[in-house]
Amino acid sequence: MSAAIRTEGLGKSFTLHLQGGVRIPVLEDVELCVAAGECVALAGPSGAGKSTLMRLLYGNYGAGAGRILIRHRGAEIDLAAADARLVREVRRETLGYVSQFLRVIPRVPTLDIVAEPLMARGAVREAARARAAELLARLNLPARLHGLPPATFSGGEQQRVNLARGFAPGYPVLLLDEPTASLDAGNRAVVVGLIRAAKAAGTAVIGIFHDTEVRDQVADRLYEVQPMPVAA
Amino acid sequence: MTALGYNFGYLDENTKRMIRRALLKAVAVPGHQVPFGAREMPLPYGWGTGGIAVTASVIGAGDRLKVIDQGADDTTNAVSIRRFFAKVAGVETTERTGEATIIQTRHRIPETGLREGQILVYQVPMPEPLFRLEPRVAETRRMHALADYGLMHVKLYEDIARHGHVAISYNYPVLVGGRYLMSPSPIPAFDNPKMDRMPALQLFGAGREKRIYAVPPYTSVKSLDFEDHPFRPVRADAPCALCGSRESYLDEVVVDDKGGRMFVCSDTDYCNTRQAAREAAE
Amino acid sequence: MSALLEASGLALRFGAVPALDDVSLEVFPGEVVAIVGESGSGKTTLLRVLSGMMRPEAGEVRYRDPEGGLHLVHDMGEAAQRRLHRTDWGFVHQNPRDGLRMRVSAGGNIGERLMAVGARHYGQIRAEADEWLRRVEIDPARIDGMPALFSGGMQQRLQIARTLVTRPRLVFMDEPTGGLDVSVQARLLDMIRALVADLGLAVVIVTHDIAAARLLAHRLLVMRRGQVVEHGLTDRVLDDPQHEYTQLLVASVLAA
Repeated sequence: MSAAIRTEGLGKSFTLHLQGGVRIPVLEDVELCVAAGECVALAGPSGAGKSTLMRLLYGNYGAGAGRILIRHRGAEIDLAAADARLVREVRRETLGYVSQFLRVIPRVPTLDIVAEPLMARGAVREAARARAAELLARLNLPARLHGLPPATFSGGEQQRVNLARGFAPGYPVLLLDEPTASLDAGNRAVVVGLIRAAKAAGTAVIGIFHDTEVRDQVADRLYEVQPMPVAA
Repeated sequence: MTALGYNFGYLDENTKRMIRRALLKAVAVPGHQVPFGAREMPLPYGWGTGGIAVTASVIGAGDRLKVIDQGADDTTNAVSIRRFFAKVAGVETTERTGEATIIQTRHRIPETGLREGQILVYQVPMPEPLFRLEPRVAETRRMHALADYGLMHVKLYEDIARHGHVAISYNYPVLVGGRYLMSPSPIPAFDNPKMDRMPALQLFGAGREKRIYAVPPYTSVKSLDFEDHPFRPVRADAPCALCGSRESYLDEVVVDDKGGRMFVCSDTDYCNTRQAAREAAE
Repeated sequence: MSALLEASGLALRFGAVPALDDVSLEVFPGEVVAIVGESGSGKTTLLRVLSGMMRPEAGEVRYRDPEGGLHLVHDMGEAAQRRLHRTDWGFVHQNPRDGLRMRVSAGGNIGERLMAVGARHYGQIRAEADEWLRRVEIDPARIDGMPALFSGGMQQRLQIARTLVTRPRLVFMDEPTGGLDVSVQARLLDMIRALVADLGLAVVIVTHDIAAARLLAHRLLVMRRGQVVEHGLTDRVLDDPQHEYTQLLVASVLAA
């Protein structure tokens, strides 16, 4: 079976021009391959570059070397070489990302934040909002909060808005960065259920899970991110 | 007989030729303002120098001239212009609209319908209909060139928003031939419909601003309006105190020191003719 | 899908100072492109050249009309350019006084573009003005009010309503939040973001406000001394800046 997403020789380093042009290598030769319906958990010590890898996969960081091949509209394309418009299209249709923190858009109600990616994919407003409300309810976010902008929500509430937004469209590839970090046991179980349902629906999931209990319930295997030797 | 020492029609032939060329261009592009070289006239700007220059350029020995000011043949301005042409062109003059071949006018169109072959010459103080809205002359030219007349409608919109109706009672802007926005000169809005598809040739002369424009016979002249606020010509709601007309445009005349007033036709020839007809019938 | 606007090899000098140095850019339908950089970087000049208000010394700007025809913006003639500016295009100036008629009521300001493209029904024009005042969060009771009596934020929102009322496909914005208080800026930015998404507008926006660019733009061009030093996806340029100048720009912003 072909991969939903895979990398070939993916590498990344940062050059800090403001600090005398010092070059900090973070990742080298990453070879990751995830099939549809499979969940791979990134492992490795803190600072090994797990979050950097996630950001590379999402296109938030530019790849320094190698390729990121993702199955998009039935063909494999190299996300590392894609132009901005193609990256946006892939993000709209194929690739979802739940970061640790919700980037709040001022004054937009929670329900619309969750419905927005559905509408971007062509869903009609009512259907998108119904699906959004259903997911928010499942994540135990009370309906009275749905009409409010999440700026004043607690960390856990914002995290659940973020999760609903990430899971709502049913992307073929989903990146999860610490999805349960600020959740209680009940909501962690809901997230586990969402991930399992997504896998069953054929989504390839790549995640960073500090919570090993959650990780063991959803991950099919681990991918060890190798820390780079600190430059002398 | 022409007065000695003057060329026929006062202006020299070269000047008349230059003005006629401007007139031809104006007729060819209805409603478009054509610049011309205004000459010194034996009366100051504001007294109809533009209209006189146009009349002087089109008048021939066989023409019969009528001159009106606010509809009246007997006001100082009308009388002096009529005498001027009698002196410098030796033409016949008349007060009868139907008998005239050229009618020079300030601020009115005669009530009696004009016919083919007649020429109506308007005296125009300010030829640019957009000048109050757009002070930059170069910009108004550009707006005409591009038929960019949204701003004129903004003015009408503002009137309706503020007063409930378009508050322009004279010099009401018109669109000529579906193309050029034109000032009809300060005639009452009541007269605007008479310009539309008029059988006579209409020529406009602005002496101080040195512009000529024209409306050829049977050209469409539409007063700007909105579909739901259509243009309506208004007149005082009264009959003429002298001839009883309910159709003509009326002047309000104060008759004593106690505030007494009456309404009479502004078109003296029209009013006189009606009064004469009534007397004849009695 | 083809680009709405394509610029290539744009160059312009003011005396010895290069204002534009070989700048190329494409804008696609529904895409928001921000041009960022410090004062004097050439970003406003670029906007003026793209919108046809200024002619470059070299290079060309092509606009694709709704039927797919390509037009050279600087060679189409003034009449065609003006028609474009009151139909398919819009321009939002930094100073609302440059984009509004200060002695015409709010309703008249919004209605002007409608009337310029042939609207002749007073009631409909007024209803449309009313609707747009609501959309930009101005009390419709002020429809007959003069913009001179509006606050700066309201004036800017009115300018936006006036620009968008004819549903342009491409809108140029020059520092639209530039002269406003910070609290007013946030509200305006959010409103622009929502309108642009709702109407599917393509926007070229010039700003020195990195946070505004992040909120509004899909794509970013970083300009310095007339050159585009970096361009790409907004979040990538801001989170993983490559060029020294971009790193400096991002580092100088608090929590962008």
